[in-house]
Amino acid sequence: MTTDELAARVLTGGEAVAEAMRQIDPDVVPVYPITPQTPIIQGFAKFAADGRTHAEIINVESEHSAMSAAIGAALAGARTITATSSQGLALMAEVVYIAAALRAPIVMALGNRALSGPINIHCDHSDSMLVRDSGVVQLFAENAQEAYDLMVIAPRLAEHPDVLLPVLVCQDGFTITHSAEPVVLLPDRRVKRFVGEYRIPNPLLDLSRPTTQGTFAMPDYYYEIRHQQVAAMAAALDVFAELALEFGTLSNRRYEAVESYALEDADRAIVCLGSTGGTVKDVVDELRAEGERVGLLQIRSFRPVPLAAIRAALQPVEHVAVLDRANSPGGPAPLFAELAVALQGSDVQLRSYVYGLGGRDLHPDGIRDVFRAVSWDEQPTFLGLRGEPCPV
Amino acid sequence: MSELRAWAELPPGGAVRPGDAERPRTGSWRTGLKPEVDLSGCVNCLLCWLYCPDSAIRLDGTTFVGFDYDVCKGCELCQAVCPARAIRMVRDDD
Repeated sequence: MTTDELAARVLTGGEAVAEAMRQIDPDVVPVYPITPQTPIIQGFAKFAADGRTHAEIINVESEHSAMSAAIGAALAGARTITATSSQGLALMAEVVYIAAALRAPIVMALGNRALSGPINIHCDHSDSMLVRDSGVVQLFAENAQEAYDLMVIAPRLAEHPDVLLPVLVCQDGFTITHSAEPVVLLPDRRVKRFVGEYRIPNPLLDLSRPTTQGTFAMPDYYYEIRHQQVAAMAAALDVFAELALEFGTLSNRRYEAVESYALEDADRAIVCLGSTGGTVKDVVDELRAEGERVGLLQIRSFRPVPLAAIRAALQPVEHVAVLDRANSPGGPAPLFAELAVALQGSDVQLRSYVYGLGGRDLHPDGIRDVFRAVSWDEQPTFLGLRGEPCPV
Repeated sequence: MSELRAWAELPPGGAVRPGDAERPRTGSWRTGLKPEVDLSGCVNCLLCWLYCPDSAIRLDGTTFVGFDYDVCKGCELCQAVCPARAIRMVRDDD
């Protein structure tokens, strides 16, 4: 057994992220409970009650208030973390846009859950997609270990002077938030040293350099202030790469904005977000053992989306199946649309698959079928749907 | 409005620093009329200074000396409150 394996603890993704929050030891945590995020804040609240963090937890009356309080705290000069899911993020959404525009480096843990309706508590990525254009960075974890690791990286990414954006650390509801698996935690002091002190350029409580923030902007300035987010997102890709390297030396766990798995000589590949990537890896291993040239491109950073890296990774592949755990009725599924842009003008044949809405399982056999059947088709496939899909 | 700054010149999120509000020449929005004063008739009551919503009344110490056309919008309040009728609106050809 390696030292790392000895240090592993059996934790759910929710518990692992609560541990990361304890180690980061933020100043302010405004939060409202919602399934499947609740284990995160429940775990963290216990740490606070036990005196194991100095954070002030604000028990707000809604997620709209949680994000509003988070903006105030983060801009005042306090490291701020919150967490939510689904309807909580939907209620926050108005303020999420404002947080990004005000360049408030708030870290948010998201337990991905289907948006109502019908009301449902299980995983899909519709909540993430709701805030796709809000200016927040979105990192998707494949398992509890990644959720922990990305949570430790998140404050540095959010607070980097070239970024200064909210960062969502997304983990699939229940599949990751509630499933226990071995997770290696870093020692507290190493996390503390890695995240360092909270510094932002214009803290509101710096009375020697006062600023007014959140002012009205007319047509003569709104456009420029919004464009700052474009630049911040572009910087976030480079900063994530730097931080991932630094984190790698600390943890021996390497991260990239996209992860190529068995793609070198692949003729077919799946592209997806989140926990499904873990299942796909198992299927890739099985099919590779049977002599099939299949691979996976796991998207870890959905915003910013690393278009050049996606294109480079998929260039040698003939057929690509894009698995979307969200849909856009009346238009292409969101991840598929990104891939279509990344690969425009290339010879790669893309096909859209929608799956897993409202927590519908996608088993290894289903992924095997995708690899076996993937060929060009203009029509999206709705995996597991009962009845013939409506042509679009 | 040639003094507008480019996106990279603005503080993150458009934070406003002390003094920033003096820079924009918002007088360019003016209605087409601007106030003029006949200082020989002015009684220096400073009612115009109190009422002006745009801080366009220039003082030297506590003495009214004229208007700051970089911020005046031509709202005519100063003319309306002037008890000495020393302020009148004229066509603004700027």
